[in-house]
Amino acid sequence: MTAFQRFRTNLAACVGLAILAAMVLLAATAPLIFPTSPWEMVGEPYLRPLEGPYLLGTDMLGRDIAAGIAHGARVSLMLALVATVAATGLGILLGAFAGYCGGAVDEVVMRATEFFQTIPSFLLAVVLVALFSPSILSIVVAIAVVSWPGVARLVRGQFLSLRQAEFVQAALVLGEPTWRIIFRQILPNAIGPVIVTASLMVATAILLESSLSFLGLGDPDLMSWGYMIGASRNLIRDAWWMCTFPGVAIFLTVLSINLVGDGLGDALNPRLTA
Amino acid sequence: MRLRYILRRLANGVLVVLLVVVFNFVILRLAPGDPAMIMAGESGASDEQFIADVRRAYGLDQPMPTQLATYLGNVLQFDLGFSYRQKRPNAELIGERLPATLLLALSAFVLSLTLGVLLGYLAARYRGVVDWLVSVVSLAFYATPIFWIGLMGIIVFSIQLEWLPAFGMRSIMPVRGEFAKIADVLHHLVLPALTLGLFYMAIFARLMRASLLEVRPLDFVATARAKGATIGRVWRRHMLRNAFLPVLTMAGVQAGQIVGGSILVETVFAWPGIGRLAFEAVLQRDYNLLLGIFLVTSTAVVLINLATDVIYVLVDPRARPA
Repeated sequence: MTAFQRFRTNLAACVGLAILAAMVLLAATAPLIFPTSPWEMVGEPYLRPLEGPYLLGTDMLGRDIAAGIAHGARVSLMLALVATVAATGLGILLGAFAGYCGGAVDEVVMRATEFFQTIPSFLLAVVLVALFSPSILSIVVAIAVVSWPGVARLVRGQFLSLRQAEFVQAALVLGEPTWRIIFRQILPNAIGPVIVTASLMVATAILLESSLSFLGLGDPDLMSWGYMIGASRNLIRDAWWMCTFPGVAIFLTVLSINLVGDGLGDALNPRLTA
Repeated sequence: MRLRYILRRLANGVLVVLLVVVFNFVILRLAPGDPAMIMAGESGASDEQFIADVRRAYGLDQPMPTQLATYLGNVLQFDLGFSYRQKRPNAELIGERLPATLLLALSAFVLSLTLGVLLGYLAARYRGVVDWLVSVVSLAFYATPIFWIGLMGIIVFSIQLEWLPAFGMRSIMPVRGEFAKIADVLHHLVLPALTLGLFYMAIFARLMRASLLEVRPLDFVATARAKGATIGRVWRRHMLRNAFLPVLTMAGVQAGQIVGGSILVETVFAWPGIGRLAFEAVLQRDYNLLLGIFLVTSTAVVLINLATDVIYVLVDPRARPA
C-alpha cells in the first residue's frame, strides 16, 4: 500500500481532513461571507444565537460573533502556519548541523534544546510578546522560539544515524560539498518524521496563539479566537455564547489537525502502528 | 555512580537558572524602550527625575559587564527589583503568591498523572471499546485550550449546577475552624486543578498506553506468566512498573508546562497565585515583575526536574549515566 492509500483507509484521519478543509474554506471565504469588518458593531449587543439575523449572536458591543470566528480562522491558521514554518526551518537547520558535525556544535545545540524544553515555554512566550509589544511578528517569533527544539532533536537523531549510511559515504568520496550532502543527500531521507512533527506543531501553535491573545497579547489589529474569549469571559454568567463558540472553533481546528497529523504519521511509517 | 549522575543534573539545573538570569538581563536591554522605564513599569510619561533615580538605583549608568554583575548579585540575594506599580519589592509579591500556585500545580500534576496512568492502563489492558473511549477522551482534551475548559467548567458546575465556586481560593464569608478552612480551599481547588490537569492527563494516558503495549511482547512478561503469575498480577506488578518509567520521564518534562499553564487557569479562576500575578503584570506593563516571575517559575521547574531525576534513580536501579 502506498502512504496515500493507508491515509485514505484511516477513518479518523479522513474526518480530521474534512473538518480542516471546512475550516480552511471558511478562512479563505471569510471576506466574501462577512464583507463587513468583524470589529464593526452591526447589531444590537447581547443578542442570543439565532435571536436576530446573526447565527451565533452578537457580543457586548453588538459585533457579529460568526463574523469574528470566520475572520479569526484566517488569523489563527495563518499565524500558526507561519510560526510552524519558521520553527521547523530553524529546527532543521540547527538539528542538521548538530547531527552532521557532532562535537562542540552538537553539544551547544543539544544544551540549547534542553534549556528551552526545561523552562516553562508558555511563560517565555508571554515574556517575549509582552516586552516586544504584541504584533504579528512578535507572536510568530515567540511561538517559533518555544517550538523549534523538538524538531531540532528529531532531525539531529536522523542525521546521526544517516551520516554513516553508504550513500552519504559515497557522496563524501565523490567530493560533494558539505551543504550539498546535508541538504540534498541526508535531508530528503530524513524528512518524513519531520513533516509529521511539523503538522502536529500547527495544532500546538494554534493553542499557543489563542492562549496569548486570550491574555490580551494578540495583535490589536487582528480579530482572533483567543481575543474573543478573553474579552467576553467576565460576562460568562449572562452571555455564555460569546466565549463558547470561539472555543468550539479552536477545539475543532486543533482536533482536526491532530487527527490529520496522526494519520500522516501512521501512513508514512506503517511499522510503528500498534 | 548514582551520586555523580545526580550531581551532574544539579549542575545542569544551576546552568539553566543562570541562563534564565542572563536571558532576563539581555531581553530588558533588547526590548524597545529604555530599560529604566521598563523597570519602572512606565511607558514614558513620567518625569525625568524619577527615571534618573531608577537608572541610578539599578546601575543602568554603568558599563554592561558591571550591570550584569550587579544584576546577578542582586538575584543571588533574592532581590528581584521593585514593583513601582504595586509599590512593593517583586520578591515579596512573588513569595506571597507562590504557595497558591504550588498547591494548584501540584494537585493538577498528581491528578493528571494518576488519571492518565489509570486510563492508559485500562486502554492497553482491555482494548476494544475501552481503548476507543480512552483515545477519544484523550484526543478531545488534548485539543481543547485549557482556558476554555475552565470557562466551560464554570458554566456547567458553577452557574448551572451550582456545585463548585468559580472564583478565588477562599469564600468571601469567613469560615470558622481550621478543618472548615482547609475544606473551603479544597472546594475552591477542584475546578482549577481539574482544568489544569485534564490536558496533561490526555498526554500521560496516550503515553502510558503506548508504553504498556511496547512492554507486552518482552521476555520478562512471558517469564512471569510461565512462572505461574496470574494475568492480573503480571499486568499490575510486572508490566505496569516497567511501563511507568518512560511516563515518569515525560512527567518531569511536562512539569514546566504545567507550571506555565497555571497562568491561564489562574487568570480564568482568579486564583491568587503567581500566574494571576503574571497576568496582572502583563496588564500593567510591570515587566520587571514579569521577568521575576519567569525566573522564579523556571527555578521551581528545575527543582521539580531534579526531584524527578532522584525518584527515577530510586525507582529504577538500571538508571546509570549514559
